[in-house]
Amino acid sequence: MKKLISVIVCTAMFIFLFSGCGGSRAKKGVVNVYNWGEYIDTDLLKQFEKDTGIKVNYKNFESNEQMYSVLKQGGVSYDVIIPSDYMISRLIGEDMLEPLNFSNIPNYSLIDSNLKNMPYDPENKYSVPYMWGTVGIIYDPDVVGEVDSWGALFDEKNAGNILMFDNPRDAMGIALKYLGYSLNTTDKSELDEAFELLKKQKPILQGYVMDQIFSKLESGEAAIGPYYAGDYLTMHQANPKLKFCIPKEGSNVFVDAMCIPKGAQNKENAEAFINFMTGTEQSLANSEYIGYTSPNVEVRSLLDADELSMSVMYPAEKVLSKCESFINLPQETLDYYDSIWIKLKS
Amino acid sequence: MSKTSLSSWSESKPLRILRSARAFLERYRKQSFAFPYILWMALFVVIPIILIVVYAFTSAGNGFTLKNFSGIISYAPVFGRSLWLALVATAVCLLIGYPVALAISRMNIKTQRIVLMLVMLPMWINFLLRTYAWMSLLENTGLINRALAALGVFDLINSLHANDLNYTPITHFQLINTNGAVVLGMVYNYLPFMILPIQSVIVKIDPFVIEAAEDLGADRGTVFRKVIFPLSLSGVISGITMVFVPAVSTFVISKLLSNGTVMLLGDLIEMQFTGSAYNPHLGSAISLIMMAIVVICMSIMNKFGEGEEQAVMM
Amino acid sequence: MKRKNTGGNILTALTFIFLYAPIIVLIVFSFNSSKSRTIWSGFTLDWYRELFRDSLIMSSLETTLLVSVLAALAAAVIGTFAAIGFYNMKKHWRSPLLMINNIPVINADIITGVSLSLLFVSAGVVIGFELGFGTLLIAHITFDIPYVILSVMPKLYQLDRNLFEAAQDLGCTWFQTIYKVIIPEIMPGIINGLLIAFTMSVDDFVISYFTAGSSVQTLSMAIYAMTRKRISPKINAISTLLFTVVLILLVIVNVRESRQQRKADLKREQMPEEV
Repeated sequence: MKKLISVIVCTAMFIFLFSGCGGSRAKKGVVNVYNWGEYIDTDLLKQFEKDTGIKVNYKNFESNEQMYSVLKQGGVSYDVIIPSDYMISRLIGEDMLEPLNFSNIPNYSLIDSNLKNMPYDPENKYSVPYMWGTVGIIYDPDVVGEVDSWGALFDEKNAGNILMFDNPRDAMGIALKYLGYSLNTTDKSELDEAFELLKKQKPILQGYVMDQIFSKLESGEAAIGPYYAGDYLTMHQANPKLKFCIPKEGSNVFVDAMCIPKGAQNKENAEAFINFMTGTEQSLANSEYIGYTSPNVEVRSLLDADELSMSVMYPAEKVLSKCESFINLPQETLDYYDSIWIKLKS
Repeated sequence: MSKTSLSSWSESKPLRILRSARAFLERYRKQSFAFPYILWMALFVVIPIILIVVYAFTSAGNGFTLKNFSGIISYAPVFGRSLWLALVATAVCLLIGYPVALAISRMNIKTQRIVLMLVMLPMWINFLLRTYAWMSLLENTGLINRALAALGVFDLINSLHANDLNYTPITHFQLINTNGAVVLGMVYNYLPFMILPIQSVIVKIDPFVIEAAEDLGADRGTVFRKVIFPLSLSGVISGITMVFVPAVSTFVISKLLSNGTVMLLGDLIEMQFTGSAYNPHLGSAISLIMMAIVVICMSIMNKFGEGEEQAVMM
Repeated sequence: MKRKNTGGNILTALTFIFLYAPIIVLIVFSFNSSKSRTIWSGFTLDWYRELFRDSLIMSSLETTLLVSVLAALAAAVIGTFAAIGFYNMKKHWRSPLLMINNIPVINADIITGVSLSLLFVSAGVVIGFELGFGTLLIAHITFDIPYVILSVMPKLYQLDRNLFEAAQDLGCTWFQTIYKVIIPEIMPGIINGLLIAFTMSVDDFVISYFTAGSSVQTLSMAIYAMTRKRISPKINAISTLLFTVVLILLVIVNVRESRQQRKADLKREQMPEEV
């Protein structure tokens, strides 16, 4: 009899344990957010939890491609993801996003109309812009001199001080722009030319990095590298020597937008979160904290920022006109990118 | 369902199955303690490995294929580099670990215990952090280069080349972002796995065996070569395995200490599952080959070990 | 073997410098008043204060401790019973089973992690669950059990085979024999296995990384996410704290053990015929 009881107790415990976890996940009151690293004012998460009583589980990804892999593999359920433009159109194309219920997101009316009906989401069904910005070169003029071209990243005189993007799309994009091609080319010979350039660059690089660039440039461990404009402002605070430029060959202008992946279990909480982050007060706080440009129209006039920050956050029309957005590439080209990338890194 | 209805079903099929199951358990009562774990192993050890095999031989939606393996040839440099760096790290661990293990086993029991504790203690700090701390030491502007600069080492080197016009003065030694840094990270993380098994074997060697050898006129070198080393071989082999396997499959150490410029097998596998190139089929194929390499290495080692031990016994 | 071994001792000393240099750096910089990892700018305890206010670090520490304790306990129970079962099996059954048991120990962590995540994801699609605390716990139990078995089996082999029969002759049922006679005898092995399992769980990163899913995060995972950008000195602070706790525990255990040893030695001296 005793044996039987202990068996029952053990089984019950196990069932309790698993149903317990399952239960807490299905229960209302949670939102699982998946965002880029260093891309939010974390105080806002606390504020959201306080305001709504919804608990935020916050996790980071490192690149659009990594986020895509995690979603594709399955077994996870994020409620809000914040991919970039070209990845959004890929996700829409593969039916991996849930249409948003805009009646739950009244703050959408505050979004700059220039950022609505973008090519990646032409009918505005799936995404609410989170931040936008440009890619440029961040450098220490004392070490590498003044910079106005992508060429500085391929210059042997800067050997050992150069950092490069650790993801295929951004890295190839820079090489393509330097060569004068489109970011979105599908022409194999142009891609090969860019690949040769990156291959030649590898020996003079200090490393392929993503967010590690913060500590490397701030501490002076490296002296030049391409990164997002908003992050430059953060680095500039820690190391005032650093300068920023959008190279004369033109660059990439990107929009990161909040989406809800298919199968999200807390859709309403997700929409509440999206609405919250779009509000003027929150957009302002977030923009000031991370240094990226908010799509909220009211933010620009409210920003308490110096001239340098304003010029980085809102580049002149003339500069922007030379910049290009990523669009989603055909599968064949994407496969080619993957094979190039692995060849480069191995 | 009431009890009476249950008993009236006494000859039903489920009950018969239950009864025979009970008879089975009755018969293998002593062994039955292992049954839950056997089930557990089947579910969480065997099936996952079968899944890897299945994934490796299929492609998304296309059924059986060998494409994943034929594609691997282009990753040959990654395989080569991983094996080479892991071998170097294992060799370095052995060269450092063996004398240290020997030295520890010659200390008195009390010191030995304290020293062994000190060998294990670092494992209690998260290995990511320990590796990250090496970054602080090795960087161009890191603590080692700073200390060398403060000691005037670079000034001295530069002054030696003062007359050379083509010479560019150096401000640091390139320590990080090299293959050497990755090997150092591996040695650092896995050295205790080499020291501990070797020490535990050497300690058990009967001192009388050594005395006997000495009485028979063997000098210290001979005693080591003919007695201590052969008898400690089983420890060496388990040490080598415990260092080589994690070293060949690491994906964190290379990421931290090479800044993404040195790609290893672990990085390649991670990339296929959660990284930039999503392809679990290819990732499984690479995992499978890695497993095969490890199994082959180990069986060679074991053969070698057995042979040696038998030779000693004879 | 009380021979002078200066060379070996110097090498051992150097090895210890090598093993502890980064740890000392880590501990020292947990008291650094700036965020820099390489430039010392003054003493502070701020990071320790802030640590307890950081909900991300505290909750991941909680997850780590919870999953490690539960996994180690479950592994100790399942593993001990399994070891007893294996012990009673015929060799041609036992050997292959022990070989399978060794797979998670020998296999590279990344393969264990990846293969389990394949299982969880595909089973999740069929049955309808997601990666989370449950799958994390299963993964930890899976790689913990072999360590328990590996430390319990030798203890079982040290037992006198007659112990089983003696206990049963004296009227113990099989269950009582296990419960009252065998378990107490092999307790040191179980405790040892439990501790190893707990350590393995706390230190694990790779397997957790592939099996934890979207809603839970262990301390290792939080640290990994941080190494991808900037490590906050708060992490140095928490490591210093954990390290100190372990150090103190080990010192206590060691002092107690050597005291017991001394008592045992004294006893032995009083009974010279046993030596």
